[in-house]
Amino acid sequence: MFWETFRLALHAILRNATRSILTVLGIVIGVAAVIAMVTVGQGSTDQIESELASLGTNLLMVTPGVSQQGPGMGGSSASFTIADADAIESELASIRVSAPTNTRILTAIFSNKNFSTSLTGTDNRFMDARDWRVASGRGFYESELRTGTMACILGETVKQELFGNGDPLGAVIRLKQVSCRVIGVMEEKGASSFGTDQDDLILVPIRAFQRRIAGDRDVSLIYASVGAAFTTEKAAVDIENLLRERRNIDFGEEDDFGVMDMKQITSMLTGITSVLTGLLSAVAAVSLLVGGIGIMNIMLVSVTERTREIGIRLAVGASEGQVLLQFLVESIVLSLIGGLLGILLGLGLALFGAFLLNIPFTPDPAIILIAFVFSAVVGIVFGFFPARRAARLDPIEALRHQ
Amino acid sequence: MMVDSADQIMRTSRLEALIEFDAITKVYGEGEAEVRALRGIDFKIAAGEFVAIMGPSGSGKSTAMNIVGCLDTPTSGHYRFGGNEVGNLDRNQRALLRRNYLGFVFQGYNLLPRTSALENVELPLIYLGMQKAERRRLSFEALERVGLEGREQHGPSQLSGGQQQRVAIARAIVTRPSILLADEPTGNLDTARSTEIMNILEGLNKADGITIMMVTHEPELAQYASRLIQFVDGSIESDVMNQARV
Repeated sequence: MFWETFRLALHAILRNATRSILTVLGIVIGVAAVIAMVTVGQGSTDQIESELASLGTNLLMVTPGVSQQGPGMGGSSASFTIADADAIESELASIRVSAPTNTRILTAIFSNKNFSTSLTGTDNRFMDARDWRVASGRGFYESELRTGTMACILGETVKQELFGNGDPLGAVIRLKQVSCRVIGVMEEKGASSFGTDQDDLILVPIRAFQRRIAGDRDVSLIYASVGAAFTTEKAAVDIENLLRERRNIDFGEEDDFGVMDMKQITSMLTGITSVLTGLLSAVAAVSLLVGGIGIMNIMLVSVTERTREIGIRLAVGASEGQVLLQFLVESIVLSLIGGLLGILLGLGLALFGAFLLNIPFTPDPAIILIAFVFSAVVGIVFGFFPARRAARLDPIEALRHQ
Repeated sequence: MMVDSADQIMRTSRLEALIEFDAITKVYGEGEAEVRALRGIDFKIAAGEFVAIMGPSGSGKSTAMNIVGCLDTPTSGHYRFGGNEVGNLDRNQRALLRRNYLGFVFQGYNLLPRTSALENVELPLIYLGMQKAERRRLSFEALERVGLEGREQHGPSQLSGGQQQRVAIARAIVTRPSILLADEPTGNLDTARSTEIMNILEGLNKADGITIMMVTHEPELAQYASRLIQFVDGSIESDVMNQARV
């Protein structure tokens, strides 16, 4: 009996294929949007996590300014010095290596090509802390660091922009008014999840940067890599205490610098993605509701159109329950077809989106199941009223209906 | 006193009248708009009879037929089917009664569109919960009985009016009902097709012993019946055996 009812429903749906497709479009779009949102959202969360992990979850970033979570909080308070970075590394057992950096955006010029990039002054500890190697050429010599020689290590993007496939080693490029010999190229890191290209940078010795580019002695960011035996929380507290002492901050006064834990940043960023995903999914879910109303509308039309059919069925002995079931199953099948199409479309969109955004494609079976069940529920809820109307028709009236 | 036992009805139906109307009235509307469609009707139909109901439009013959067919309920009076009071059954009980004991043939055929003859005939058997193989077998038999073998897969639009009505007859008899109710079965057909249909109905009555109640307003068709009941203004004017056929 159930199989009969199901077959009957499918028959009725296929009889009006065009209308059925238009009817379920709302459900298709709703389900597809939810699936695509959640899948892409999950993918980018995974991406952020794995990227930040690759940056080093044992990495702390120390910036001047009032302590606040989040990047770009550099305030008006005094910058660090190279000595601060050295002290963090040498005085704290919990810190394995610490690298001072300072950065300016400027244009790099080679022959007739120029390219705007970020110039970072640092030393070899940067590569160590960031776990990032020089792919060709070499790192800075001790003498270059000490004397502040303009020696450049290029990021892959800068190398491509200025030299194409040519060999940049030994070439001299211009940074501002300063010329600089290329001594190495960093290995490729790829784009970060924030859309910034990590390979879009040039490294020079920090003393050269301070003297020739910035004209000050500032260090705006210190990378500190936590030793394997220590937690980042412990290391952050150590750095805080040390810097308070070095910067003469009285007891009870607030820090005028911030220590960011990559773990905190990770949870903050994934938090943002989850909230965004949730919001967008909620908007998408509204179209499921609209889709459900569309199904109810078309089922009501269908009941009116098929009044005579219902009369015939009642005359040959169909009970109220059997007619109700027929129309209910029809609307459930209709919305399940919509749900299935939506899941397929959503996964397709997510796959495309993942490819476009360069994030992993990680479909979640749970959300697919939820979408499937939800579309069945839409069918039941919005199919019940029309089905009941069909079941309660007066057979005589129904048979007379033209 | 419910219709919950097929045996009960079948057992009693042999003893008493199959259909018994006892002071049946039917009133539509209220107050000024009140229409008294039936004004106290009494009759009995025994198993095996072929009864023609005649009368002008609005005489109440279709209303009586609908009440017999459990599509409608009387306003007052008693309707006994196989000795059981069925006049005040609820919708689902009446559906069960129709499903098990009644077969309908309508003037307008009332086949499901875009559905093959075979599937149309199978329809009541589906509601009886019969298995597919058995349904198929009985439906083929019923279609053969009305001379439509070879047309099983044709849809209504591929069949002539006469053929459509034969499919409807096959659908009505496939459940082996106690009574076949035909409402102007030839109303949409020409004389030759009408004769065909009437011959089939006569055969079903004589050879298969199926009780038939037919509404018509054509006297020549009524001649196929064994008994004629004449309705006028919601009352029975005459109720006579058809001497020509008896």
